[in-house]
Amino acid sequence: MKILADTVHENDAQKSDTLFGADELVINMGPQHPSTHGVLRVKLKLDGERVVGSECVIGYLHRGVEKIAENRTYQQFAPYVDRMDYVAAVSNGLGYCEAVEKLLVVEAPPRARVIRTILTELQRIASHLLWLGTHALDIGALTPLFYCMREREEILKIFEKYCGARLTTHAFRIGGLQYDAYDTLEKDVERFCKDFESRIQEYSDLLTGNSIWIGRTRNVGLLNSTDCIALGASGPVLRASGVKWDLRKAMPYAAYDQYKFEIPVGTRGDTYDRYMVRIEEMRQSRLICLQAIENIPAGPIMARVGKVLKPAAGEVYHAIEGPKGILGYYIVSDGGTQPYRIRIRPPSFINLQALDKMVRGHLVTDVVAIIGTLDIVLGEVDR
Amino acid sequence: MSPMLHSILAFVQTWWVELLCAVLIIVVVPLIAGYIVLVERKVMADMQARLGPMRVGPHGLLQPIADALKLLIKEDLIPDNADQFIFWVAPVLSMTAALTSMGAVAFGPWFQVARDINIGLLFVVGVSALGPFGIVLGGWASNNHYSIIGALRSTAQLISYETTAGFALVSGFLLAGTLNVRAIVETQRTDQAWYIFLAPVGFFTYLIASIAETNRAPFDLPEAESELVAGYMTEYSGFRWSLYFLAEYANMIVVASVGTTLFLGGWLRPFPNVRWLAWLDAAPALLLAVVGVYCVFRAGKQPARVQSLFMWAVALGCFVIAAIFALAAPFRHLPLQFMHDGLYGAFWFLLKVSAYIYIFMWLRFTLPRFRFDQLMRLGWHILIPLALVNVVNVGIALALSSEFGVNRWLAMLVTTGVTLAAAMLLLRWNDKYSAAASAALLADSSIVEDSHAG
Repeated sequence: MKILADTVHENDAQKSDTLFGADELVINMGPQHPSTHGVLRVKLKLDGERVVGSECVIGYLHRGVEKIAENRTYQQFAPYVDRMDYVAAVSNGLGYCEAVEKLLVVEAPPRARVIRTILTELQRIASHLLWLGTHALDIGALTPLFYCMREREEILKIFEKYCGARLTTHAFRIGGLQYDAYDTLEKDVERFCKDFESRIQEYSDLLTGNSIWIGRTRNVGLLNSTDCIALGASGPVLRASGVKWDLRKAMPYAAYDQYKFEIPVGTRGDTYDRYMVRIEEMRQSRLICLQAIENIPAGPIMARVGKVLKPAAGEVYHAIEGPKGILGYYIVSDGGTQPYRIRIRPPSFINLQALDKMVRGHLVTDVVAIIGTLDIVLGEVDR
Repeated sequence: MSPMLHSILAFVQTWWVELLCAVLIIVVVPLIAGYIVLVERKVMADMQARLGPMRVGPHGLLQPIADALKLLIKEDLIPDNADQFIFWVAPVLSMTAALTSMGAVAFGPWFQVARDINIGLLFVVGVSALGPFGIVLGGWASNNHYSIIGALRSTAQLISYETTAGFALVSGFLLAGTLNVRAIVETQRTDQAWYIFLAPVGFFTYLIASIAETNRAPFDLPEAESELVAGYMTEYSGFRWSLYFLAEYANMIVVASVGTTLFLGGWLRPFPNVRWLAWLDAAPALLLAVVGVYCVFRAGKQPARVQSLFMWAVALGCFVIAAIFALAAPFRHLPLQFMHDGLYGAFWFLLKVSAYIYIFMWLRFTLPRFRFDQLMRLGWHILIPLALVNVVNVGIALALSSEFGVNRWLAMLVTTGVTLAAAMLLLRWNDKYSAAASAALLADSSIVEDSHAG
């Protein structure tokens, strides 16, 4: 791989060639581009409008989250993970809290685990809604975005009522919860879930059977199951390729083993399948929420953990099924109050590696659709 | 008095009506375009469960003026590497083409700059087809990759869809037997039918082609903001940008006018020959009065005094125009007939044009965008063959009715059925072809084996 600056410069030098003379045209999509979902930069090698090669340039949003962890206590680091996948902060927090609990060998009480499950599933719906809106917008459908935002707003209101924050919530604490469920949590969630069924139908009416939508997404960005596994892709991207792998079922955490739900899988592994899988996942999350609010066990919300956390020296890996895929935390402790090292396995970062394989042979237009279908958040890619 | 001044005066004396119309078009169309933008934003907001612009003036009524002012005082930027002259001339070209083609459009029986030119609609279509030169040249002169891709897309799109639009118009011309704008409308009166009913396939192919011609969603690939940033307009800002923008909206008015003239009965009132529907003549005054009453009703609820005053002004405007309509109503006979016909004709014409443009907006907010190859396939594989078949079938129907005395409506019904059957065949064939084509594209091994870019 050449140094980037060289390539860009070279490209400028041959300006007269690259327009009409030469066969290939290199364009920089991003980092300031409306459809790269943040500061992703993709260098595209084009033959006409057809993509013959691509290279992702990331790191524009790097904040050294993993390094920061080495200089914070376990509790102090918890809010930082919210800033990775900032549209699914609750899920990030759940993964981190459970990883540290595993390291401390404590377990959150049942009430806390059920409330965690409810909020995390709401967060999954919110994250998928944001994905759906922006993905549809990338493909040129303007209206679904506003419908999705309307429903997401309801979820954010529930978060706000629960912990006072809407986006970077820091909802959970190591060992359980800081706040108990507010009085009308069940009622709010139930009301949302009741409305939501018909709302999903609205998005489907606009997109699912639309022949332009099908034309834009069918057979676009194909990724078969072998490639998915080889690349380490996870989440809806993996499941749309036909692999039934969901950590909520495979290695249950929080309270997922108590609820009945299906894991939707696709068959072809194209953009349309990923769309259908996510839509169905929202339906399933809604069912989980409905089951969970039926019976929230009474009891404490916090396990017995000391004010100063000093886990024994050792290491632990804990992964959860985030909205975008497997979100893993690998924590090494040297017996001190601060982690020796934290390594985060972000789903967006690893799913993004599939981009090059998916875009080849497609048109520039499809690149936008494929970036959208991977559902990346640059905060999480760059950390 | 010098002979030159004399001749100028003589010129003005002969052509004052036309000159007045031309000045009106140049002055009013940009304003109307601005307000179409506002209406579009309001329609969009309505479909998307929000309010749209509400801050500048009551219900955002002054938003277009604020936007225009802001664009006027922006810095005039020309990129260093741009071709200065072409960069300067391109948006002007687009705007000129759009405004010139309006010269031959008849907004009602009396408001038309170029009267009685026998090639009428052909002139409109021809001149408005010059507009994309502005787009291509602008994209080229910007010296930017996104711009050039947008410009090339727009060229290809125009060539494909102008053909379709042309054939669709031909089916209307066959029915009318003339290209003259006034004569086309008058034949629709004597035929007692808008041509949308006699040539429905022609109308709908023209509708689709006209959306594509004006680069509107779902065919807005030349400026697809999620792919090409802003396409050919990427390097444009300030007033040059707004010229492009105005040209786009002026073009919308032009294509809508052409469609209205040929297929929707131009300035004719619905059912112009049916006596018991004459009460429809009261519709313009009534409609405006209702809008005025609504404004009065809302005026009291405005948060600021300025806003409620503005609302009163809008209401007053509505009442004044309604009163003009009402006052003109008795003059339906000579010698002041032109006043009555011109006013009422303009109302119905603009109403139909608005409905046509509303369809544009509706589609824009409902449909995702086509991909470029899909756009081309739709144009060349479906619309052009369909338009051709339609022209042939309309011709056959006309021959049948004039030569063999077959009932005209029956002939049209049968041939439309044949055309629709052809459309179904084309669609099925296209589905098969597109599946095969995309499979072939992806199976191209040279791409998959290729090394990394850069």
